[in-house]
Amino acid sequence: MAEIGDNKDVLLTMRDLRIEGRADETWSEIVKGVDLTLHRGEVLGLIGESGAGKSTIGLAAMGFARDGCRISGGQILFDGIDMRKTSEAERRAMRGKRIAYVAQSAAASFNPSHKLIDQYSETPVQHGVMGRGEAQGDAVELYRRMQLPDPDEIGFRYPHQVSGGQLQRAMTAMAMACRPDLIIFDEPTTALDVTTQIEVLSAIRDIVEQFDTAAIYITHDLAVVAQMADKIKVLLKGEEVEESDTRSMLSSPSQDYTKSLWAVRSHARAEQPAVEAGAVPVVSVRGVTAGYGTVDVLKDINFDIHAKRTVAVVGESGSGKSTTARVITGLLPPRKGDVLFNGATLPANYKARTRDQLRQAQMIYQMADTALNPKLKIRDLIGRPAQMYLGLNGKALDTRIRELLDLIELEPDQYIDRLPSELSGGQKQRIGIARALAAEPQFIICDEVTSALDQLVAEGILKLLDKLQREFNLAYMFITHDLATVKAIADEVVVMKEGVVVEQGPKSDMFQPPHDPYTELLLSSVPEMDPDWLSGLLAERAAKAS
Amino acid sequence: MQNVMSNVWVLALSGLSILVVALNMGLSIDLFGFLGGFGGFLTGLFTVGAVIVVAMLAGWIFQQALLAISPRGMARELRTAPLTASFGMLMIVIYILLAVFAPVIAPFSETEVVGPEFLFPGDRAEFLLGTDHLGRDLLSRLIYAARNTVGIAFVTTALAFILGSVLGLLAAVVGGWMDQVLSRGVDVLMAIPALIFALLLLTIVGTSIINMILVIAVIDATRVYRLARAVAMNIVVMDYVEAARLRGEGLWRLITREILPNAMAPLVAEFGLRFCFVFLTISALSFLGLGIQPPTADWGSMVKDTATMISFGAITPLLPAGAIALLTVSVNFVVDWQLHRASGLKE
Repeated sequence: MAEIGDNKDVLLTMRDLRIEGRADETWSEIVKGVDLTLHRGEVLGLIGESGAGKSTIGLAAMGFARDGCRISGGQILFDGIDMRKTSEAERRAMRGKRIAYVAQSAAASFNPSHKLIDQYSETPVQHGVMGRGEAQGDAVELYRRMQLPDPDEIGFRYPHQVSGGQLQRAMTAMAMACRPDLIIFDEPTTALDVTTQIEVLSAIRDIVEQFDTAAIYITHDLAVVAQMADKIKVLLKGEEVEESDTRSMLSSPSQDYTKSLWAVRSHARAEQPAVEAGAVPVVSVRGVTAGYGTVDVLKDINFDIHAKRTVAVVGESGSGKSTTARVITGLLPPRKGDVLFNGATLPANYKARTRDQLRQAQMIYQMADTALNPKLKIRDLIGRPAQMYLGLNGKALDTRIRELLDLIELEPDQYIDRLPSELSGGQKQRIGIARALAAEPQFIICDEVTSALDQLVAEGILKLLDKLQREFNLAYMFITHDLATVKAIADEVVVMKEGVVVEQGPKSDMFQPPHDPYTELLLSSVPEMDPDWLSGLLAERAAKAS
Repeated sequence: MQNVMSNVWVLALSGLSILVVALNMGLSIDLFGFLGGFGGFLTGLFTVGAVIVVAMLAGWIFQQALLAISPRGMARELRTAPLTASFGMLMIVIYILLAVFAPVIAPFSETEVVGPEFLFPGDRAEFLLGTDHLGRDLLSRLIYAARNTVGIAFVTTALAFILGSVLGLLAAVVGGWMDQVLSRGVDVLMAIPALIFALLLLTIVGTSIINMILVIAVIDATRVYRLARAVAMNIVVMDYVEAARLRGEGLWRLITREILPNAMAPLVAEFGLRFCFVFLTISALSFLGLGIQPPTADWGSMVKDTATMISFGAITPLLPAGAIALLTVSVNFVVDWQLHRASGLKE
């Protein structure tokens, strides 16, 4: 790799970059002296857990610091221009024109009340690069290159009229509008399903290659960055762990932290013995058809969940996974069909269920932030189900709360009187688990419990769930769109698409061919840690199509 | 950082205020006499400036005093208060003290005729602020009125809040027909202009303090209902409320433990604003003769009683009006600070 300063092709250098963030009236460093070099046409992957400072560094490349942050030290040279010494007006002239930014959520970044193509033209017209008509013609051209359907017309739609994946591609096209030298991609595919992710990834990769644009690709997903980046920089708590080119990073990471990130993917649950013939399932869903208004979201769903088993329900967003959970919990009474618990039919509406029936089925939510009442202490959050269902009070209740905290591996004395806002994301999710356990249920629904968490933290949660299942003979229904999680935790898999069960069976069968075409598509879309995976997959799919 | 800045600011301004006071006392005659007609304007400007500075200084001293006596958790929150809010808190405390200890502080009784009528402020040493149209001591009546007006306004606002927020939360949690019935009922009440509606109801049921409290409470409860319902609507869809429902929690616990604590911030802010509105409504009603009845002292009717004196150049009617304005502004300063904190806005 070239040294700083001796190569004309260097586009961006950061030396000893320090950024401070403000909390509780004091400034503390969140980026602690990071060096970075990016050449023209090169793609650098920045990876790390949340809080590692990835996005902050990405924004600093534009000479920008978020509200409550400030760049406190170091040098940022973009094409020979010192971004810290230029005036705000000069920086503004460069943003959008020479450096562009693609945000994580395209849906939140587009203005919902303007058409896509008008938002596309805004930047080039503003910077005086093109006239409005010219910009619109250019937009159509780029939409075509981004493989958007109907490129001539799609620009005249409003953001809510196109899908999430298309919106993300339209956003990338928009960033390309002035043909910038550098684009910063901040987790552009994190909010997307695996199948849509593929389309966006390949479109981004093509366009970056075609225009020879340099890019900083920020993500926490290793397999994704492996497809996109020429070199990878691993960050931890604002400091660089290591940097090297993608292939050597994947084959031989040198630091322990990087190795631990790689190892995450290798956890797998031990194979369970087959269910005895004639055993009564804890929960069975029989011919359920349900929906909102007049639309059927679920059509004739059937599956069983046995004690000590985990059934993973897999599918893209909108496939009816969460609706199934709502039917089981009684929030959405089905139009047809029943939910059986230990062989007995449950009342369709949760209001008609007895307290004991409610106790037996608990739920853990995706977003621990909204699942825990922010104004209650941990003691009350966990204690309430134990008090309500088991009649514990006073000393007995306190002992039980401490037991539960021990179970979820949080030190009772330290955590019992905290508020949820004083916990990290993973700890909050553990409290959610403890709340479900406090009711001493037989069955727990886990709704995307790990999807909002970093890989290492998610791994810890999965291991905890696994341990608890063995200890308390729990049955899990595990809703997820992440097939790596399915591999790690499931015994049986139910694949759903558009409210219908496409395929179901033991995990070992599910990951062996032959597959249903949809399962095949899902499985093959999961990124692998192989830098050639995306190219190979696209070639394979193209060959099949022709 | 912020604290140091505000201290410097306070010191600089207090220096300025001493200068202004000195100017007004000694130098002003020569200097402003020289400047001619322009001088009056400048003196006025300086006086206003001095008043603001002294007010802020008082607020700052009050804040420091509070910080010294309050426990750590509370002190941290108090530190976020801007000077305006500290000043507001100081004023509210003074009003409360005046209201509670009125018989001790006031030089004369509330209703006794103690001197000649229509005395200007400063005419006689024993009547510091002069007398009203019946010869009652104005200062004493001002102090007693704090007790009546503020006390009644507080009871009315509290009543409006209990009624409005309980119904609002109920509508949001139960939904369906309950929401429809309550919301449409509130719409009907809100369709009639508040003051006219209050006058109408008071004419029907007769003017007494209890009636007035009830009428204003019901009218203001409709506004509180709308806010409480809107806030609760956003909370009801949260996962933790769903979790509580699935746990089988009853309606009362759902409202008091899961929803109310999370709706508190906007409701508290609204309480401050609503208090001001109620307070003004009472004063307006008293001014119109339908509120607090004589001889009970109350700022609204005191303005009405002494209104004629303004034609003779006395500031008497402005004093009760000023008392109303000062309390309203003070409450709003504190509410602004609380709103700011609750909304999580920085700077």
